[in-house]
Amino acid sequence: MIDEALARWKRHPAALAVGIALVAVALAVLPFALTANFGTTWVRITNFAILYIFLALGLNIVVGFAGLLDLGYIAFYAVGAYAYALLASPHFGLHLPFWAILPIGAAVAAIFGILLGAPTLKLRGDYLAIVTLGFGEIVRIFLNNLDQPVNITNGPRGIARIDPVRIDGVSFGVTDRLGGLVVTGPIKYYYLLLALVVVVIFINVRLQNSRIGRAWEAIREDEVAARAMGISTVHMKLLAFAMGACFGGIAGGMFAAIQTFISPESFVLVESVMVLAMVVLGGMGNIWGVILGALLLSFVPEILRFTVEPLQRQLFGRMLVEPEVIRMLIFGFALVLIMILRPGGLWPSAVRKRELAARDGAAPR
Amino acid sequence: MDIFIQQVINGLTLGAVYAVVALGYTMVYGIIQLINFAHGEVVMIGAMIAFSVIVALAPGGLPPLVVVLIATGCAIPVCMFLGYAMERVAYRPLRGAPRLAPLITAIGVSIILQHFAMMIWGRSPLPFPQVITTVGYDVGGATITNVQIVILVVSTAMMTALALMVYRTKFGAAMRATAQNPQIAGLMGIDTDRVIAATFVIGAGMAAVAGVMVANYYGIAHYTMGAPLGLKAFCAAVLGGIGNLPGAMLGGILLGVVEALGAGYIGDLTGNWFGSNYQDVFAFIVLILVLVFRPQGLLGERVGERA
Amino acid sequence: MQPRLSAIALATVAAFGLVACGKEEPPKPAAKAEAPAAPPPPPTMTVNIGHVAPLTGGIAHLGKDNENGARLAIEQANAAKISIDGKEVKFVLIAEDDQADPKVGATVAQKLVDAKVAGVVGHLNSGTSIPASPIYNQAGIPVISGSATNPKLTEQGFKQQFRVVGRDDQQGPAVAIYLAGTAKPKTVAVIDDATAYGAGLADEVEKTLKAAGVKVLAREKGTDKTTDWKAVLTKVKGRNPDAIFYGGMDATGGPLLKQGRELGIKAVFAFGDGACTDEMRKLAGEKAAEGLICSQAGIPAQASSKKFLDAYKAKYNVDPILYAPFTYDATNLLIEAMKKANSADPAKYLPELQKIHFNGATGPIAFDEKGDRKDAEITIFTMKGDKLEPTAIMKGGKTIAYNDFLQMLATAVSAAGDAAKAPVDSAAQAGRDAAKAAVEAGKAATGTPK
Repeated sequence: MIDEALARWKRHPAALAVGIALVAVALAVLPFALTANFGTTWVRITNFAILYIFLALGLNIVVGFAGLLDLGYIAFYAVGAYAYALLASPHFGLHLPFWAILPIGAAVAAIFGILLGAPTLKLRGDYLAIVTLGFGEIVRIFLNNLDQPVNITNGPRGIARIDPVRIDGVSFGVTDRLGGLVVTGPIKYYYLLLALVVVVIFINVRLQNSRIGRAWEAIREDEVAARAMGISTVHMKLLAFAMGACFGGIAGGMFAAIQTFISPESFVLVESVMVLAMVVLGGMGNIWGVILGALLLSFVPEILRFTVEPLQRQLFGRMLVEPEVIRMLIFGFALVLIMILRPGGLWPSAVRKRELAARDGAAPR
Repeated sequence: MDIFIQQVINGLTLGAVYAVVALGYTMVYGIIQLINFAHGEVVMIGAMIAFSVIVALAPGGLPPLVVVLIATGCAIPVCMFLGYAMERVAYRPLRGAPRLAPLITAIGVSIILQHFAMMIWGRSPLPFPQVITTVGYDVGGATITNVQIVILVVSTAMMTALALMVYRTKFGAAMRATAQNPQIAGLMGIDTDRVIAATFVIGAGMAAVAGVMVANYYGIAHYTMGAPLGLKAFCAAVLGGIGNLPGAMLGGILLGVVEALGAGYIGDLTGNWFGSNYQDVFAFIVLILVLVFRPQGLLGERVGERA
Repeated sequence: MQPRLSAIALATVAAFGLVACGKEEPPKPAAKAEAPAAPPPPPTMTVNIGHVAPLTGGIAHLGKDNENGARLAIEQANAAKISIDGKEVKFVLIAEDDQADPKVGATVAQKLVDAKVAGVVGHLNSGTSIPASPIYNQAGIPVISGSATNPKLTEQGFKQQFRVVGRDDQQGPAVAIYLAGTAKPKTVAVIDDATAYGAGLADEVEKTLKAAGVKVLAREKGTDKTTDWKAVLTKVKGRNPDAIFYGGMDATGGPLLKQGRELGIKAVFAFGDGACTDEMRKLAGEKAAEGLICSQAGIPAQASSKKFLDAYKAKYNVDPILYAPFTYDATNLLIEAMKKANSADPAKYLPELQKIHFNGATGPIAFDEKGDRKDAEITIFTMKGDKLEPTAIMKGGKTIAYNDFLQMLATAVSAAGDAAKAPVDSAAQAGRDAAKAAVEAGKAATGTPK
């Protein structure tokens, strides 16, 4: 849908330019508007939402484009985060600059992606799911235990005092004043993340319609037929794992920089499941749907955190049920309801839409 | 040697529990190719219901065995109803939807059940009343407790009963038919919706029993206890070949024994470079190796009957 | 038609962040309603105090316990009608859930900073406290944790970061010295739950035991969700240790103890503060729990503050589980410092907090230059009959029999009202004879750790 639209937009360059300009202005003003109206918390929440867009887009390559169900995706996030933390913290006394570490993190994550992909090429569907799940747990358990016999990851205690991003002498960890503007650390990270995410979205859009993207789609729809058409399924699957992992690695690096402290408990199975939920809920295979899913699932729980308590007090005059419980219950019900009402996701890809319409009551699978 | 026997006993007990829970996963998967991720929560609800009943009855002076039996008798129907409701509300509307959609509803159901349980039973780990006094018996230098024996016996009995039902009864034939091809089964006059619902209900009933056994064995019940157990059982189901009943039993037992022996001997075998901290890794690596060399699981077949 | 539709759709997506937050009206009035701290109508003023702990997830029960402690202190303060700077103060507790997730911990910290809290009690976990600490530090808001024991927390050089609980490297050695001195084991097995807390504590115990010449077996580990310890325990049983130390929480420690006894292990079991509750008797079974040794930071609640225990029980109808007395004290410390500075402005009352001497529910409290509790006592408990009974107080590597300590405390309190340090020192003097052997082990050990 979007692609057709983009194609048509190319014939109306003015409309496209105006649209992009509007969006750009809105995104540029956003952090200041958020700080002024709702506080720095919301800039921080937005930053994490952008990180989740990174992750969801990366996973979308593996699950949405190539159709390989991956339940251990968070492992790549972890690898990226630890790569950053080890190379820019007092733990090893290394303090490499940000622009050097990010590619390293992405590359290491990509290698892990291939490590996971290679032995699992033959596996399909749910078997692949459980192997990737196991892989994710194995990575976490190793991170948690590699403080002995040689201390590499500092084990469950995690790595603290990670360097914040520093570009051209501007540290992202502190607040600066630009004329009358107060630019806090989270605001700076917001712009950095935004720039990165635009690049990532661009790459994804280009990928989807490239030879590679179509090869992935072919593999997803019918692997045997794809091979018969001369697609090297081995290469293509490995490429999908590597590319997906690469985005995860970058997101992990940014996570480490923003948090300045990481420990294995940030990379648990639930996180993998969450990212997968973003992809599926938004609409597998559709970049814009996936972004929508990531935004929804990162903002909704936070919005609930801020609204459930005051709302209850207003309605009943006191707290009937504790806000945390309600928050999680609403979240659970939302997942169920959305899926029942829109099984293809909130914003399904065009292919998926056609499939759903055609299938109509046919057997699953 | 007595240590080895002890580890095998530990592993068998753990494996029997995995197997019973894994059966719930594998039955559902076999029939509609759905991973019911909320199955672990049903185990938890079963344990919680039993907890409440035992706490209520314990001071009544009934014989302990009767108390536990009543508690299990209460937990089973509640869980069965839960299984039915889950299928009806969260999964049935999604037949024919993309394969991952029911996975997300399952996650949603899992979150809902956990937090309802937290509202009802609170946040603290609940000490499961030890109405049945644990007695240990000596087997070649190792100890086996009466609770362990009960778990082994009950699990075996349940698995046998299930196998008999699936392979020897008319309903079992309907299940197998639905698993092979729901359309044709429907044409043959089988009410596939009912069969699928019944599969969920049976799986949930077994989960309830598993919940009571686990809570009694470990002496603890907590609203988060379902998820880790469910995960392991799911691994067991895949290990044996998901959708395959004997496979789930084999996978469960194998996983339990591998875990126990792994935790027991991995340290000595690797000169303490790896210790029991890699217990779970050990289980996952065995799983991955099996799947890499036999992608359909130990007993699974690409084509053929699934029930 | 089509392009325009898609354009709208695209714009909607892009602006989603705006829209999503635009819906966010309710929090603002809420924050505002509680926040008119700055320009109040003359007679009253509202002071917000934040509290953070996991209220969902595996240790949610401990989180609620922490929150209860803080809430009790707030209500008592409100009932006492404290006035600061000539205004009557209404304290409001803003309780947040960090889900024990480091990422959420940082977000929640920012939320409290935005809500302009005057001070924060928490977080429960070290894992969330550490990533949250730079955010509080930048805002200059004092934070007192009642339960985060990871040494790293106060080693970051943040001046407004405090804790009222002993560090892992104080508690670990203390319980190890006691174990070495009383049970006199030849070999000890050390097990932990592979969390920052459990492993940190176990490491310190192992170090101290080794320094005291005790043989320590290869470390065994589970996870914070492990309920089946049989494989690990069977292996340990084969090595015949005289004592087993476990670093972990109550939900895993209970099954561990129960299964250990089921396997016929006769060794002495010793736990850290995470599994040092009366509840252990129920979780492990009465017979299995008998003789369990465990440690708690601070002096035992029942010794110092029956007042707190009664008030807690009266309000919540349950007994405090673990750290509630500490969060209660932490909250009172914030309030006390505000009273002394006659201001709720963090910058003004922070210096008072740094040099405070306070008698709390967990004993006398003062902070060292890092923000750690000075001379934190560690109490050793033994499970006798139906509850944990304090058996000894550990302080600076010395063992003081509990009864001697009580006696010393009583005479000291009657002699000097507010001298916080003196009684303990004299108690240490007297207690030295009582546990000579343990002291020797202690001296040998205290050289190496840290």
